Amino acid sequence: MRYAETGFNLEVDLTRKNIEKVATDPRDTELYLGGLGTNAKILWDRVPPEVDAFSPENLLIFGAGLLCGTPAVGCNRTILTTISPQTKLMAFSMMGGFFAPELKYAGYDKVIFRGKSQDLVYLWINNDKIELRDASHLKGKGAIETAEIIRKELKQPKAQVAAIGMAGENRVFYASVEQGRSSASRGGIGAVMGDKGVKAIVVRGTQDINVADPEKFMGLCNEVMDYIKFRNDNPIPGVMPILAGLGSPQEMKVHDEKWHTENFMWGNSRTRRKGFWTDEVARDWFETMEKSRTRLISCYNCPMTCGATISMPGLPTYMMKCFTKLTYTMGAFSDLDFGLKIAQKATEYGLDGFSAPQVMAFALELLEEGILHKDDFPEMPEDNEGKFFYLLDMIVRREGIGDVLAEGTYWAAKKIGNGAEAFAHNNIKKHEQLPLKLSMLNPIYFLMYSTGEKMNITQIEGQFPQAPYFKKEHREEFVKDWFHVPDEKFKQYFLDWEPRGEKSMPFYPTVDMCCDIVDWQERMHYIDDALGQCAGLSSFPLKPPYHIHNYPKFISAGAGIEMDENKLSQAAKRYRTLVRSINISRGMRRKDEKPPENHWKKRFPELEKELLDTYYKFKGWNNDGIPTKESLQEMGLDYVAQEFIKRGILTDTQDDPAKEALTKKETN
Amino acid sequence: MSDKEKKIIKTIRIDVDKCNGCRACEMICSAFHAAPKYSSNNPARSRIRIIREPLRDLYVPVYAGEYTVAECAGRDKYTIDGKEYDECAFCRASCPSRDEFKEPDSGLPLKCDMCEGEEEPLCVKWCMHDALILEEREEELEEQEELEELEIGLESLADKYGMDEIMDALSRLNNKD
Repeated sequence: MRYAETGFNLEVDLTRKNIEKVATDPRDTELYLGGLGTNAKILWDRVPPEVDAFSPENLLIFGAGLLCGTPAVGCNRTILTTISPQTKLMAFSMMGGFFAPELKYAGYDKVIFRGKSQDLVYLWINNDKIELRDASHLKGKGAIETAEIIRKELKQPKAQVAAIGMAGENRVFYASVEQGRSSASRGGIGAVMGDKGVKAIVVRGTQDINVADPEKFMGLCNEVMDYIKFRNDNPIPGVMPILAGLGSPQEMKVHDEKWHTENFMWGNSRTRRKGFWTDEVARDWFETMEKSRTRLISCYNCPMTCGATISMPGLPTYMMKCFTKLTYTMGAFSDLDFGLKIAQKATEYGLDGFSAPQVMAFALELLEEGILHKDDFPEMPEDNEGKFFYLLDMIVRREGIGDVLAEGTYWAAKKIGNGAEAFAHNNIKKHEQLPLKLSMLNPIYFLMYSTGEKMNITQIEGQFPQAPYFKKEHREEFVKDWFHVPDEKFKQYFLDWEPRGEKSMPFYPTVDMCCDIVDWQERMHYIDDALGQCAGLSSFPLKPPYHIHNYPKFISAGAGIEMDENKLSQAAKRYRTLVRSINISRGMRRKDEKPPENHWKKRFPELEKELLDTYYKFKGWNNDGIPTKESLQEMGLDYVAQEFIKRGILTDTQDDPAKEALTKKETN
Repeated sequence: MSDKEKKIIKTIRIDVDKCNGCRACEMICSAFHAAPKYSSNNPARSRIRIIREPLRDLYVPVYAGEYTVAECAGRDKYTIDGKEYDECAFCRASCPSRDEFKEPDSGLPLKCDMCEGEEEPLCVKWCMHDALILEEREEELEEQEELEELEIGLESLADKYGMDEIMDALSRLNNKD
C-alpha cells in the first residue's frame, strides 16, 4: 500500500485526446519525495532542452505535494511545473487553496499534460471518471467566472477548479493559473496552459488518503497545532508586525502599510515615497479595506487567514492574498481603492500581480522618455488610473503595444529597442522582481537573489532574520527558543551580528556563514515544495511550526519512508540540483546569476565575487554554477552527469566549465 | 429510585461569522472515524460539512443527524441577510434527496457521534477560530413526561392503524430481539 501519496499519475495527451492512469515508482518517492521533486525528475527525463515553452513536447505538470490530503496542517499546495516562456527555464510556481487535496482524494498525485488541443477544452476528473470536455463556450471568460460556470454545468458545487483567464489563452508571458483564493503566478505557467488549449482542470475526489503510522502522525499534527496557537499568542518582538507572526504576509488583515508604501519603490520600481503614509492615507485605506473585505479566509486545513474575499462596489466578488494588495497601487502611484478594483480584473484575466503592474509602469515610463510614442497608445485615457486599466486590456488581448508588453519587460524592451532595455531594470533571469531598492549590500540576500531559481525572493528567504537586532539582550532573547536551527552555530551567527561596526553588513555574516544561512533557508523552501506544505507555516516566517527537526518524522509517519534529517537534506539537495541541472542544460550560467544592478546603492564587486565563488563550491557547483560530476554522482544523479558530458556542458576529465561554444542553446 | 434522571446535553455553538472555510473539521472528522483510527482521511466521509461558497460568502458548518428513509413532503430554502442558501441547506438528515452524509462508496448513512470517548468533538478542537464551540449542560429529565410523550405517540398510531395492528407490530418487533 502507498501511504500519503496515491501512487498514480494521470497522463493526458491533448493532441490525441488520450488519458491514462499510470502507476508511479515508489523508489522515486524515496529519492525525490514528491511535488516539486518528482516534477523535476519528470521534466528532466521527458523535456530535453531543445523543447520550447510553446512546443507540444513541453509538459505541464500539476503535482500535489507528498503530504497533501493527509491531516498535516496547511499542507495543500499544488506545484505547477513546465518550461517558462519568459525565462525559458524551468518554472515551478505553486498554489495553495483546495486543489491538491482534492486531486489526491480523486486518486492522483499529478496530472501531466503533453501535446496540444486544437480546440479549447477542460479536463474533468471525477474520481475514476475522467474526460476532456469542450470549453469553447468559456473562451475569453474570466478565471473565477469560468470556475463558477463549470461547477454549475457539471452540477458539482464541491469540485475544485484551476483555470486560466484571457491572459493565459492569449499566451501572455506572465499569465497565472487561478484557483479561487489561490494562484500559481510566476513564470507564465498560465500561458503554457493556454497554448495547450486547456482552459481549466476540474477535480472532485471522494477517496481515502492513508498514513503509515496514524498515531504518530496525529501526535505530530497536534504538536504543530499547539505550536501555531503558541506563536499566534506570542508574536516575535522587535520585528515589524508583518514578520512577527505566521502565515503569508498578513496583508489582508494588517492595515498599517507604512513600511511597504514608504520603503518599496513606486512606478516602474523607481520612486521611493518617504512620508507617503499620512494619517489621512491610513484612514482612507482602512476604510476601503474594511468596506470591501467581507471575510478573512483560509486554504485547506489551515488555521491561518492569509486571504480575503473582496467585493468592490459594482464589481464581481473575488479573493485576494498577500502583496497584490499593493503592487498595482504602487505601480500606478494610486490608492487602495484603485488597487483593489484593478486587481479584480487582473484576477479574472489571470495575471501575475508582481509582473503585470511593473510591465504597465514600464510602458508608461517609455512613453514619458519618448522611446514609445503617443501613437503606440491609441485612445488611451488621460487619467493615470485609466491608463492602467487601458494597458491591462491591451496586454491580455495582445492588441497593439499590448502584444509586445505581453512578453514582459525583458523581451518587450528587446523588441522596442531604442534604449528601452535600460528600463527593464528590475529583472533577474528575465523575470520581474519585487519593487525594492536598498542602500547597503546584504550578502545573504545577494546570494539568494543571484542563485535562486524560483525567481522570487519570498520563495527563498525566511528562516534567518532579515536584519540584525540592535541590542544584544534582544538577540539573546531571540535565540532562547530558536530550536528550529539545523545547527547551534546559527545562533552564534545571529548573536554576533551587529547593525554597525566590525560585525555588520556587508562583511558580516562572513562569506562562509552566508553560505550556511542561504543553504538552510533555501533547503526549507525546497522541502516544503516537495511535501506541498505552505511556506507560510514553514520556510517563510521566523520560528515556524514545521522545521528540519520534525519534517523527517512527518515523512516517516505519513508516507512510511524511513527518514532522518540527513537523508531529508540529501533528498532536498538532490532535486534542488536537478532543478539547477535542467536550467543549466537550458543555458543558464553564472552570468545570469545576479540581482538587478540597482538593487543596492552600495555594491562590493570583490566581495560579491567571493560570495558566489564560495557558495558555488559549497553547493558542489563549479565556478560557472554547473553541478560538478563528483557532486552529481554523490547525489545519485549520475544520469545528469552523463548527459552533461554528452552535451559538452561538463568534460569527462575535469569540472572546469566547458567552452560556452559547446552549449547549443543560449537563452540571451 | 428517583423519578428524575440527569442527562448531559452537548451543544455545539456554531458561529458562522468566524468560519474561515478551511474544512479542517471535515478532515479531522473523517480521520477520527477511520478504522483504525486516523489511518486515513477523506472529507467525503465526514459527519460535518461546510456549506461553502466563498463568492457568496456562505460558510455554514452542518452536522449529520438522523437517517431518514423518505424525504420531506416539501423543501425549504432560506435567505438570510440577503444570502440565499441551497435547498435543505441546514438540514442534518441523511436523506434520499441528496448526497450529503452518506459514505461515498457504500451509500450508508453517516451520523455525528460527538466523537465519543474524546474530551471534545475533534471538529471543535481543530477549529482554531472558535466557529465551533462545545457547550455542555445538565438537564433533569422528567421520566413521567417521557412516558406521556410515548403514550401520545402510541395513541396517534392507534388512531391511525387500530390497536390490533400496533399490538401485532409490537410483538413482531419483540420477537426480532
